[in-house]
Amino acid sequence: MPRAVAGPEIERLIQLLARLPGLGPRSARRAALHLIRKKDALLGPLADAFAKANESVRICSTCGNVDTSDPCTICSDQTRDASLLVVVEDVADLWALERAGAVNARYHVLGGTLSPLDGRGPEDLNLEGLVERASNPAVHEVILALNATVDGQTTAHYVTDVLASAGVKVTRLAHGVPVGGELDYLDEGTLSAAIRQRTPF
Amino acid sequence: MHWTDEGVILSARPHGESSVIVELLTRDHGRHLGLVRGGRSRTQRPVLQPGNLVRAEWRARLDEHLGNFALEGLTLRAARLMEARASVFGLSWLSSLTRLLPERDPHPAVFETLGLVLDHLEDNEIAPALLIRFELAMLSELGFGLDLSSCAATGTSADLVWVSPKSGRAVSAMAGAPYADRLLKLPDFLVGSGGNAAPDDKDIDAGFQLTGFFLSRDVYEPRGIPVPDVRAAYIAAAAMV
Repeated sequence: MPRAVAGPEIERLIQLLARLPGLGPRSARRAALHLIRKKDALLGPLADAFAKANESVRICSTCGNVDTSDPCTICSDQTRDASLLVVVEDVADLWALERAGAVNARYHVLGGTLSPLDGRGPEDLNLEGLVERASNPAVHEVILALNATVDGQTTAHYVTDVLASAGVKVTRLAHGVPVGGELDYLDEGTLSAAIRQRTPF
Repeated sequence: MHWTDEGVILSARPHGESSVIVELLTRDHGRHLGLVRGGRSRTQRPVLQPGNLVRAEWRARLDEHLGNFALEGLTLRAARLMEARASVFGLSWLSSLTRLLPERDPHPAVFETLGLVLDHLEDNEIAPALLIRFELAMLSELGFGLDLSSCAATGTSADLVWVSPKSGRAVSAMAGAPYADRLLKLPDFLVGSGGNAAPDDKDIDAGFQLTGFFLSRDVYEPRGIPVPDVRAAYIAAAAMV
């Protein structure tokens, strides 16, 4: 076992950094050293930011997004189109759609997908709130922005069934050729979906 | 250790940031897991979807190791099956059910049947009946096979209309009449070599009730897990089409 090169506080910092996505033990050690070298400019403010985020971060009771306020910034934004509701699997998907700026709508985070393999059923998803929100007469369309995976599409079809009682239009994202995609390199499944879902040009 | 085989993907779960642990039902090596390095890449993800048929090359230093898979897509069914409600629910149910097979134990008959059912999962005229037959095959492979060839009481192979929930054996109309309220209905298409080729909705419903009873009692309850909701979702979706 390698000998510790620093005190327990620094070793603990390295251990915790190594748990972050994209960081292994070596890169965590480098990041820790960088933070220590920039103690005043980086380590102190980062520690403060971590503490404040830890105190104030919460799950939005309306949509399931993470934010420091409840309702979250998106749910409180009056400029968003209240007639559109975008259903996503995870907060990361919500952030991806917001980054793209493709839709000025409100969101609903399911918190996962149905997965019989992992024993995740409908009771594990944030579905009750979705039906309640979709039943609001102000909502005209629910967009199912779920992954094009078997679990994602199983969930999409299940959510469509659940929303049948809400009497709202349900749509889903198109499947097909991605931007920059060359047909020669696409898999047969994507190509077939693209052909089936072709649109007038 | 090294082998090459064909397999149907049952599941693929992320491992680390770029790899995936894939679970296959292979023809000669049974249900087998392995690591696919770079399995979360854009080119690999469409291939590593449940239901797809792949050519798998497995390598490991020792037989008991997880090992690494190199996979090449042969028949990519997943994208097609995702389109319709019934077929995607059916695919999820089939994957879930097949995972109950013991690991690394060859079940070539299940492999062949699974491929056949997946190929016809979109055809709602025959898919429900095929799924019921697959469930019967799984019950048999798991050691709880039903004997639908002759009457448990009289030995006759004619007029079989019930199944005894106790023994899992067929019962003829005459022998079962006094106990009709306690017996399970045996649809025509499961009798002998197939009976009527085009079962109606009532037959399909009876078939799913029959297999559902034994799957629940003999397979899921002893494991302490409920029958996945997706089975009921498939039955409802297939009935609506």
